Amino acid sequence: MTYAYYPGCSLKGTAIDYHTSALALAERLGIELKEMEDWVCCGASPIHQRNPALASGVANLLLSLSEGISKDVAVLCAACYHNMKKAEVEMREDGKKRNEVEELSGIPFNPEVRTRHFLDILDKDYGLNALKEKVVKPLSELRVACYYGCLLSRPPEIAFDDPEQPMIMERILEAAGAETVSWSHRLECCGASHAVPLTDAVLRLVNDVLASARDAGADIIACACPLCQANLDMRQEGIRAKLGVAHNLPAVYFTQLLGIACGATGKQVMIEKGMVSAVPLLRAKNLL
Amino acid sequence: MSKIGVFVCHCGENISRTVDCARVAKASGQIRGVAVAKDYKYMCSDPGQALIKNAIKEHKLDGVVVSACSPHMHEKTFRKAVTEAGLNQFLCEMANIREHCSWVHEKEEPTTRKAIELVRLMVEKVKRNMALEPIRVDVTKRALVIGGGVAGIQAALDIADGGHEVILVEKDPSVGGHMAQLSETFPTLDCSQCILTPKMVDVGSHPNIKLYTYSEVEKIEGFVGNFKVTIKKKARSVDIDKCTGCGECQLKCPSKKIPSEFDRGLKNRTAIYIPFPQAVPARPVIDREHCIYFTKGKCKACQKVCPTEAVDFEQTDEYVEEEVGGIVVATGFDLYTTDKQGPYPDYKGYGEYGYGEDPDIIDGLQFERLASASGPTGGAIQRPSDGKEPKSVVFLQCIGSRHPSKGIEFCSKICCMYTAKHTMLYKHKVHHGTAYVFYMDIRAPGKGYDEFVRRAIEEDGAVYLRGRVSRIYRSGDHLIVKGADTLSGAAVEIEADMVVLATAVMPQPGIEGLFQKLGISYDQYKFASEAHPKLRPVECATAGIFLAGACQGPKDIPESVAQASAAASKALILFSRDQMLREPVVAKVNENTCIACWYCVEICPFTAISKKDIRDRQGNLIKRVAEVNPSLCTGCGTCAATCFSNSIDLDGFTDEQIYSEINSLMAVGQDLFPEPEKAEGDSPDEKAA
Amino acid sequence: MSESPQSETQKDGAGLPEAATSWEPRIVAFICNWCTYTGADLAGTSRMKYPPYVRVIKIPCTGRFDPLFMIKAFERGADGVLVSGCHPGDCHYTAGNYNARRKYTVFKALLETLGMDMDRVWFSWISASEGGKWVDTIRKFTEVIQEKGPFREYREMIDVG
Repeated sequence: MTYAYYPGCSLKGTAIDYHTSALALAERLGIELKEMEDWVCCGASPIHQRNPALASGVANLLLSLSEGISKDVAVLCAACYHNMKKAEVEMREDGKKRNEVEELSGIPFNPEVRTRHFLDILDKDYGLNALKEKVVKPLSELRVACYYGCLLSRPPEIAFDDPEQPMIMERILEAAGAETVSWSHRLECCGASHAVPLTDAVLRLVNDVLASARDAGADIIACACPLCQANLDMRQEGIRAKLGVAHNLPAVYFTQLLGIACGATGKQVMIEKGMVSAVPLLRAKNLL
Repeated sequence: MSKIGVFVCHCGENISRTVDCARVAKASGQIRGVAVAKDYKYMCSDPGQALIKNAIKEHKLDGVVVSACSPHMHEKTFRKAVTEAGLNQFLCEMANIREHCSWVHEKEEPTTRKAIELVRLMVEKVKRNMALEPIRVDVTKRALVIGGGVAGIQAALDIADGGHEVILVEKDPSVGGHMAQLSETFPTLDCSQCILTPKMVDVGSHPNIKLYTYSEVEKIEGFVGNFKVTIKKKARSVDIDKCTGCGECQLKCPSKKIPSEFDRGLKNRTAIYIPFPQAVPARPVIDREHCIYFTKGKCKACQKVCPTEAVDFEQTDEYVEEEVGGIVVATGFDLYTTDKQGPYPDYKGYGEYGYGEDPDIIDGLQFERLASASGPTGGAIQRPSDGKEPKSVVFLQCIGSRHPSKGIEFCSKICCMYTAKHTMLYKHKVHHGTAYVFYMDIRAPGKGYDEFVRRAIEEDGAVYLRGRVSRIYRSGDHLIVKGADTLSGAAVEIEADMVVLATAVMPQPGIEGLFQKLGISYDQYKFASEAHPKLRPVECATAGIFLAGACQGPKDIPESVAQASAAASKALILFSRDQMLREPVVAKVNENTCIACWYCVEICPFTAISKKDIRDRQGNLIKRVAEVNPSLCTGCGTCAATCFSNSIDLDGFTDEQIYSEINSLMAVGQDLFPEPEKAEGDSPDEKAA
Repeated sequence: MSESPQSETQKDGAGLPEAATSWEPRIVAFICNWCTYTGADLAGTSRMKYPPYVRVIKIPCTGRFDPLFMIKAFERGADGVLVSGCHPGDCHYTAGNYNARRKYTVFKALLETLGMDMDRVWFSWISASEGGKWVDTIRKFTEVIQEKGPFREYREMIDVG
């Protein structure tokens, strides 16, 4: 099981823990994530607002890098996935668009190459039963709020689960023994793109998400997007200062929790990196 | 030698505008076997028909081809005309040079040539037509009505009042259907049960109506005028002749926590139960799935308490056969269930709205029960979770309907009206409350309908917001409804105490099984299809089967009742004759050549072909052959096309007729394969031909 | 009004125009009475236009269609044969169209083995409400046949036979 792996910029910087934990998890599961060479930034959220064709051109370039490794490009970052999948679907369905992009990027589009989110790979390719067999430390008694944010399942054309009511992360974490909670803000936006101009608005949005998870009885939030994780984790101090609410609710990557369940150490999944540390909670549950 | 008459119609200018009718007549006159060929401006007019009749007599014609419009338009007219002139009606055929020629082609040479060829094709067929007699079949003057909702009740009462016996089959323990569940009806706000229950009682006591409740149609055989129906009477576990309906058993039944179907889960019922107080028949039934005796082997509390010994645990499903001449299908609808495990597995639910998870999110029929005086709250609007009076209720329209990404594209037609009614009922009971409605469009075309919606908005103050809701979630004591108001362009967030979803009207789940038994067609959503959407909206394409109510598509009560009466009148028309005539297009077996392979027996969709023994005078078996029952045969001709030994032929469409039609198509006066070197002398093509 | 005297000695079809100067496609359509025939009627009442080279032979149901009809049609100079009936599930006789489809599938395989050009045989479902589909089908089929030209191969085939 080999996939062409596209980490993207965040996973080599602020979200290095996402990258590291995913690789640790993949190794334990026997999945090879082979990093593509010469990759560039996907352009994330600003590029398609300035120049949609260029955004698709970058995605086409990135997809072409998978040649010789696999027809499936594994992506972890929700923004990278969103950008690449959207371009891929458009090029496959719209011949005119495809010609435009091919001309711009100078690279022919290969309709066989597919952008795959790692969640989708675990669910469909690897399978929950196989995953269950690899679990050595079940996440029992851990009440997890699975947070999808806004990019992962929107628009419906790129979704790998029900776009209105995705349950894929719940399925996977439950396979690893966790208890997932039913909560209201799983698909709400965390406000990441307004982080700089409208910090107050972001604090409010994040506060809503955290409060909703807390009310539903969650011990911890699982994320699948570097921006979401950073926001939910780092803003808690600001919320305490400005809104006077102390959540103290760790927000980690789903790969970190799965890695631990499959026998990785806290260090191997960089669990200590969070601002709101998950370590005391996981110790209390005998997972570290 | 045949003497065929060809009559070419101009249809005013409809045909002659693009086809040279005079030339068609002239060319037809030169076809071998044609005794006379004429053209005329309006062949279907009186003088036109007289022209045909005179020609038949004058030329002693033995066949007629009317070259005019589609046979679906005027075949009956001309067949009647030739009969009046003494010619067998089946010796008259039509060449369709209007719909299939003059209307669809330009005025040019090939168009006229096509018309001539179409005439020639029909002439060749008519030469080989046989004089046939229509088949007479006796009509059983009894009707089967399937479904005991308001449509079925109305159809049954009309037919019964017309003097014919009716078999009414209802799958539930009582008649009444969804209308019995409703509180008040739009646009008059009269009480639904008050107007329905008298009709239910009539159905139960009418001397011409035989009522089978808790029963289903198991099998249907036969054809129009002569259906044989097998009805499965599900084991009720109560002898309804002995039972007096006193209800003692219900009081004693220890299994009390079963969600009531009638109250749509808002109230519980017992395992032995009468679905609602006004039920017809007012007799209980034991729900064996939940009965303690049937699941655990002991209890029998109901039997012990029954004063008339009516409880019978040994009762089994019973099958009865009934013979009927016509069938009214009135199986009604159910609401699209919005949770993920609904009864419509082909459709995605609305998991994001939390129906089925949060008790205060209910559907339209549940609201009807809440508002109904006979409902679980006695008509007080109380939210299901804690019985508190909701201070704000949000109504969402078009849940499922008009939502292609959820798999349903049609409009459910009744929701705009019943939602407006709900807001009124709510405001009349909770004066200080606010009703919000999220809608896409308000569709209120009907007598007094739009006025009704305006009243809801203007007098009762319902807040109508044009837009959709993205998400509903609980926040403490409230439900937060997040949506968009597309008229103001603003995002809306409403704190609601209760949410009502106007879910799509769907056919009964699994109803296609019954439709297949009936041999009637249905659309992609499993709504039954009518024979013609405009001119035959009540009949099915299958003769003798009529549609009433929402099984055909979403309908409100007046429409369902109107269609039910229409279906009843169709059945009564059928019953007005002792015998009916059928086209004699039936298969015939040549017993001399039949090799008894029985392929025809297997392939016949109507089981019209059986095996027949041929014996000599001493009774010794000589051979076995296939035999067609002409009253079962519908004339599809599948057997004729399947027979190995060419021993079955179809009257009206014989092999000889079809081959002669094909033969007539050979291009005359046109070289099939023009090649320069073949210009001179006999071409090989002609030799081969 | 015109009237012609009976003339039994003349051969069939006399009175048709003399040999057309250019080849015209000859398409025979075997269509069922309930769906496709009515659909073709609808194309007429809607005044849609299509090329005039199709000759319709009405049968009660596609179940009545015997593949030998098609062979006969080719023998008599057809360049293309269309068989069209009700959509699956809509057959007036409940199952005739399924039988037709089965027969066609088997017969098609046989004809392909014999080297028959199966692009000249079309099978379609056209309902009573699909006048537009009838027109599209006839237009496309006529185009295909026009492109292919006269069915000489069939003539060669039966000459060899």
